[in-house]
Formats: sequence, C-alpha cells, structure tokens
Amino acid sequence: MEILMAILASILFATAIYNLLQKQFLRIIIGTVLLSHAAHLFLLTMGKLKRGNPPVLVEGVTNYADPLPQALILTSIVISFGVTSFLLVLAYRTYTLNKSDNMDELRGSSDE
Amino acid sequence: MIYAVFAPLLFAIVIPFLSRMKHKIHTGWLILPVPLLVFIYFVSFVGSGFESQVSSYSWIPSLDISLSFHLDGLSLLFALLISGIGSLVVLYSIYYLDREERLGHFYTYLYIFMTAMLGVVLSDNVFALYAFWEFTSLSSFLLIGYWHFKERSRYGAIKSLLITVSGGFSLLAGLISLTVVTGTTSIREMVGQADVILESSFFPLILIFLLLGAFTKSAQFPFHIWLPDAMEAPTPVSAYLHSATMVKAGIYLMARFSAIFGGEPSFFMLLSLFGIITLVCGSYMAVRQTDLKAILAYSTISQLGMIMAMLGFGTDIAIFAAVFHILNHATFKGSLFMIAGIVDHETGTRDIRKLGGLMTFMPMSATLALFGTFSMAGVPMPFLNGFYSKEMFFDASLQLSGYAGTFVEVLAAVLPYLAVIGSIFTFVYSMYLFFGTFRGKYKEEQLPVKPHEAPFMMLLSPIILVVGVIVIGLFPSLFNNGLLTHAADAVFGAEVTKEISFWHGFIPPLYMSLAVVALGTVLYLTKTSWEKVYTIIPGNFSFNRIYDWGVNQLEAASNRITFTYMNGSLRLYMILLLASVTTITGTVLFISDGINFEVSDVAPVTVHEVLIAIVMAIAAVATIFVTNRIAAILVVGVVGYGLAILFVLYSAPDLALTQLIVETVTVALFLLCFYHLPNLTKRTESIAHRGMNALISVGFGALMLVISISAYNSQFFSTISDYFTENAYKLGGGDNIVNVILVDFRGMDTLFEVSVLFGAGLAIYSLIRLRKNKGAK
Repeated sequence: MEILMAILASILFATAIYNLLQKQFLRIIIGTVLLSHAAHLFLLTMGKLKRGNPPVLVEGVTNYADPLPQALILTSIVISFGVTSFLLVLAYRTYTLNKSDNMDELRGSSDE
Repeated sequence: MIYAVFAPLLFAIVIPFLSRMKHKIHTGWLILPVPLLVFIYFVSFVGSGFESQVSSYSWIPSLDISLSFHLDGLSLLFALLISGIGSLVVLYSIYYLDREERLGHFYTYLYIFMTAMLGVVLSDNVFALYAFWEFTSLSSFLLIGYWHFKERSRYGAIKSLLITVSGGFSLLAGLISLTVVTGTTSIREMVGQADVILESSFFPLILIFLLLGAFTKSAQFPFHIWLPDAMEAPTPVSAYLHSATMVKAGIYLMARFSAIFGGEPSFFMLLSLFGIITLVCGSYMAVRQTDLKAILAYSTISQLGMIMAMLGFGTDIAIFAAVFHILNHATFKGSLFMIAGIVDHETGTRDIRKLGGLMTFMPMSATLALFGTFSMAGVPMPFLNGFYSKEMFFDASLQLSGYAGTFVEVLAAVLPYLAVIGSIFTFVYSMYLFFGTFRGKYKEEQLPVKPHEAPFMMLLSPIILVVGVIVIGLFPSLFNNGLLTHAADAVFGAEVTKEISFWHGFIPPLYMSLAVVALGTVLYLTKTSWEKVYTIIPGNFSFNRIYDWGVNQLEAASNRITFTYMNGSLRLYMILLLASVTTITGTVLFISDGINFEVSDVAPVTVHEVLIAIVMAIAAVATIFVTNRIAAILVVGVVGYGLAILFVLYSAPDLALTQLIVETVTVALFLLCFYHLPNLTKRTESIAHRGMNALISVGFGALMLVISISAYNSQFFSTISDYFTENAYKLGGGDNIVNVILVDFRGMDTLFEVSVLFGAGLAIYSLIRLRKNKGAK
C-alpha cells in the first residue's frame, strides 16, 4: 500500500509543479494546493500506514498509529490553508488593480 | 581603559538626540568634552616612568577573542593623536559646519570612528583589532559620503570603501594565518614567538597579506588613488581621518609588527621600496594639483610613504625618526588642512589658480600656513619640527648596510637619492601651496565671495597645532623621555634613546637638506617652464583609470549575469529552483548509493483504497487540462476530499476532520474569488515551453517517488514517536496523542502556527480594506 501511496504522492507532486509553472495566477494557486496535499500524503506514508488504532489512548490497546506525522500534517494543513486563502485574495486584488492575471504581464518595471 | 575607548561610541548613541536642539546650541559644544576627557586620560600616562598596561575583557572566549587593551608607548602616541586631534577637529568643526547641516549624523559617524580608531591602536587581540579596523573603514565611508547629494562624494566614498575593505580582507587573512601558525590571538604573545613565524612556511603569505592591508589603508602606491577622492569629505574629516589618524592605521600596523618582522630582508625591501616610491610619486603628483585639498592629499600620501619607508629601514634612528614624524606630520598637516578649509570657507573656492594675494585679507591664516608649509618643506629653521624628522630621515637613509643581497644593496644605495628627489618636490609643492594662496596677484573677479579673516575660534585649532609645531621645533627633545622613546621602544623592541638637536655639524644629511632647499627653490621659481613634463609622465596614465575600468567591468558583468536569471519571470525562477533541487538531490542520491527499492514490511493493498487513489490521480491530472473555473474547483476538491478519506482509512481521524473543514472552506473561498477572476484560458505557450514544464514536473515527481521509497526502506534512527505515545497521558494529561503533541509537547510550534494564520488573516483583511479606501476616493 505504501508504494501505491508513494506513487500517488509523486503524481500529485508532478501535477502541482506543472500547475506552478503556468502563467495564470489561478493555476499557480491550484498548484500550491496540490503541492500541500502531496506533501501531506508523503509525510503520512513515511510514518507507515495502517499500523494500529487511531492515536487516541484507550484502555488495553497498545498498538497505535504513529502520532508524530499526524501532528506535523495537522500543523501543515492549517498553515497551507492560510497561505491558500492569502494567495486567493492576492490574486483577486491583483486582478482588480491590474486587469491581468498573467504572471508575465505582472513583472516589475525594468529599472527597479 | 575600556571606558576611554568606548566613551565616544557610547556618546554617539545620544548625539542624535542632542542634535535636535542644534538651533539653540551647536551640537559640537555639547560633545567636545568627550574627546578632551579621553585625551586628558591618556596624557596622564605620559612620563618617563611609563610602563605598558594591559586590561582585558572577555568577549568571545570560545574563539579566543577578547577585548584586551594593551597600552604601550606606540599605542599611547596614537591614542594621544586620536583624542587630541579629535578634540581640535570637533572644536574646528563647530565653526566649519553650519547648523543647517545634519550635525547629528556627522558627529555620530565621527565618534564611531574615534572609538574604532582607539580600538585599532589599543587592541592586543588580532581579531578585535580587525573588527575595529573595519569600523574605521566604515565610518570613513560614511564621512566621505557625508554630502551624499554630490556625485563626487559618493564616488569617493565607494572608492575608499572598496579599496580599504578589500585590504581589510587581506589583513584578516594575514591575521588568521598568524593565529594558525602561533596558536594565539594575542599580538604580544605573537611577538614572543617571532622565530616560529619567521621560520614558518606561511611567512611570505603572512607578510604579503599584512602589507596589502597596511598599504591599502595607508594609501601606499599603487593603492593611493582613494585618498585624493576622499577629499570630498568635509574638511574637518580630511584633517582628522585622512591625514592625522585613519591613514596612519597602516603605519601603526607595520610599526606594531616590526617587532616580529624587523630585520627580515624581505620586510625591509618591500616596505622601503613601496614607501619610497609612494614618497616620490606622491610629492611629484602633488605639484601638479590645483585644488588645495588635493595638494594636501598627495602630500599626505607622500609623507605616509616616507614614514613607511623609515619603518622599513628598521634601524633605531629610522624607527625613532618615523615615530617622531608621525607626531610632526599630525601637527603641521592637521593645521594645513584646517587652513585650507578656512580659505575654502572664506573665499568660496579651493582652486589655487583662482586664489592669490590673500595675505592682506587673512593675515592670521597666512601666518599659520607659513609655519605649516615651511615645516612640511623641511626648511632648516630651529623652530620648525618638520626639519628635524626630515633630517633624521636623510640620516637614516644613509645608514643602511645591514642587509646582504644584490637587489637589496642596490636599493640601499639608491634610497638616499630617491629620498632627496621626493623631498625636493615636497619643497616645491609646499612653496606653491603657500605662495600660490597667500602671495602673488589678488584675483578678485574670480572669487565667489569677498575674502575676510575667519573668526578667532575657527582659527584656534590650527593655532594650537602650529604652536605645537613651534614648540617641538624649539625644544625638539621635549617629548622624548615621556613619549617618543617609549613609542620607539615598543616598535624596535629594544631601548632607543635619542637626543634631537638642530645642529650636527657639517655632515651629509645637512648637505642633503641644503640641496633640497636650493634645488627646490630653483624648481619652484621655474615651475611654469617645466610643468609640461606632466603631459609625458604620467600623461594619460593613471591608476584611477584601471580602478574605474575594473569597477565598471565588474558592475557590467554582474549585471549581465544577474539579469540572465533574475528577469522577473516567476516561471523561470521556479524552473531554476526545481531543476537544481532535482538534479543535485538526484545526483547525490545516486552517487551516495542512497536509492533503495527493496521493499519490505508494507501494508496490504485493498480495492477501495486503490479506487480512491486512481480517482485522486485522475483529478490531479485533470487540473492541468480543465479550462472551466467550476470544473477546476471541483477537481481540486476531489483531490482534497480524497485525501480526507485516506486519512480516515489510515487511522488519522483528527487529520480527516481538519482536512474536511479546511477543504470545504477553501472551496468556498475559491468560489468567492473565482467569481471575480477571469476564466481559465487555454494554454498558449509553445511546445518547447510545455515540454520543459512537463520535464521539470515529471522529473520532480520521479525524484519524490525515489526519495519516498528509499526513505521508507531506510531507518537510521529509532523513532521518537514512542516517547509521545508513552508520555501523552503521563506528562500531557490527554488521551488524544496528536492533540497532546500539538498543544503541549510542541506547544510553541502551534503558537507560531496560530500567529502565521493571524498574519495571513491580517494581510487578507488589509488587502480588502485597501480596495475599499481606494474605491471611496
């Protein structure tokens, strides 16, 4: 199963990067969303899958899933949510100001 | 002693506040006591019974770097110059700088410099010395660029910084090598291990590194070019940094290390050779200048060369003469700079071609300049200190017989002649400086301002210095016992006693002095007829051209290189980053044999998981191809919800919950924003672009695959997760291990996470508010 998940994560990585390399702001945001999904899946897979119960202590159970990657991912999900929403608002602002969402047209002036 | 060194710096902190009330009282008055007190403190050490002192303060013990201050004769001489001339310069600047100027900046920079320079001459620890050394360069840069609105000021400031700081790097290299060879960071201990250093195979390297540091700082040929451009600084700065103190830091360094290198033929050869070349070139070039301060700048260069050469000679008389001349030069050159500033201030120009006949308007300044210039020229008069050290210099140049080797012998034989030639030009420009400014025809129509004498308080500082010139001239041995012999001791490492007297009888140095005066007079009187020689030597050639060319080329080249990759295209940045990460990581993985596909201990594959994975993969790929906004949100959502289901399947209920909530909110956000944004367009890039993108993304995906599988199969450390599982309840008091980790074990991380979210929230809020305000207008 881990191999399958690794393949899935790498597909997510590849599509995320492909989206990141686009010119349109929206596609870049989609790319970052996919990238964080890929990273989360990657982290979870590294912690081994399906090894025991959910990491909530229950009397008599000694076999728990690895809690550490989960804690990491939880932090990461929240932060990537923050980043995504910020990027979305930024894209919106950029478009209303510049009437363009094409990164090539949004370059700074050459004498900066 | 640490208070004496750091007093100016500590005071510099309050200067900006003091300068607020500059319209009531000139900031200079408020801060004048600081260098004065430091001066008095150091004067208290002067006396025949002077013993060197050490006071040490720990700074970075693990690197053996301490603030240990060692006050010996040499340091004392320099410390007195720094604080004494510093006081006079502050006094002078009160009248030189208008209250409308940015006084706070000026005095802050000046006091930073004061501390740095005191640190240079007092530090016993080589790295502390280096740190202070660079601070002098930095404050010099700020002071030269003080009138930053002038293009020449900025040019001069950058030039001095580039040259002195690259010399500083070389110095650092030399000091590090010294530390490596001797195993100590203390100069005193290094002196004790002089044999080890001289026999070390690093010795030539150390010598060259240190010489480069000293030569750049002390404006020795061919690094002298920064000093004339540094004259764009306000005149008090030129008098202080670029004549009396900072440029002597290189001299100080060489004097300090003479105790180690003294007597080495290579040290003698390099120092004397470059010193004497600097002397001759500097004085030769000075004659050609038309700006008063430029004449003085080249004059300073040549005098520094003379001192450097004397340190190179290394004989007791030469060392003594060098130390003596450091003192003398500070007095007469300091006063001359101040007079030049006064002339500039009162007539509005420093161009000597426009000046002339000022004697009648500015009698006081003229008298002071008379003493200064004649002392600099070495005119044999019993009340001019310049003559004594000049004659001792001639004397020393005749007594060089301690070295063997053809080249060295030739050099020793030629040195007296070069010394005389340099001194002749010194005489010429000194006369030119005085007579050209104060005698000759008065050219009223060429002066921007009608000249008049400066206020007495402005003249006070040069008067004090000229009194110094005369006192030393009349009683040349006055400072011997208390100061100069101690300083020479510190350099020479052995007892040096020297009585200075005016009349030595008919000996060669006297003839040399007379020859200088005679030939100098002839050359000065016939100056117009031989001036054409400057069109041949140096003609168009100048080291400035090399410097300018080099700087331009460097700038152009770095611009070219930078703009090839910093072209503003986000895509290019991403490609560069990802391509380098992929290739470097991939290569390292491959080389270090890190790839490991032998899979073991995997969970069984089940059908529903495979189905979810396939759906997610299809959705992910679809994001690339959809052109409809709603479809794009949906496929991204499919990936997110799919991930949530996987979290459920893999025993991660917290993650699943969070992911579901976040995914829902994100989709809502997307919908909100998409409404305002244009539809996704069809991609219009060329095939090559698309190919590149595909290559990069597939490559990166493949790399991540390799990494994840290899990492899965390698375990180098035992996991720390068990610790959390065992202690979640014991230490954290919670059943949910993930929660306990987040809020307890790694509580700080979560706090930062919350602050990130808060920051994002603020940013979003302000982005939206910004629009509203703009719309209101």
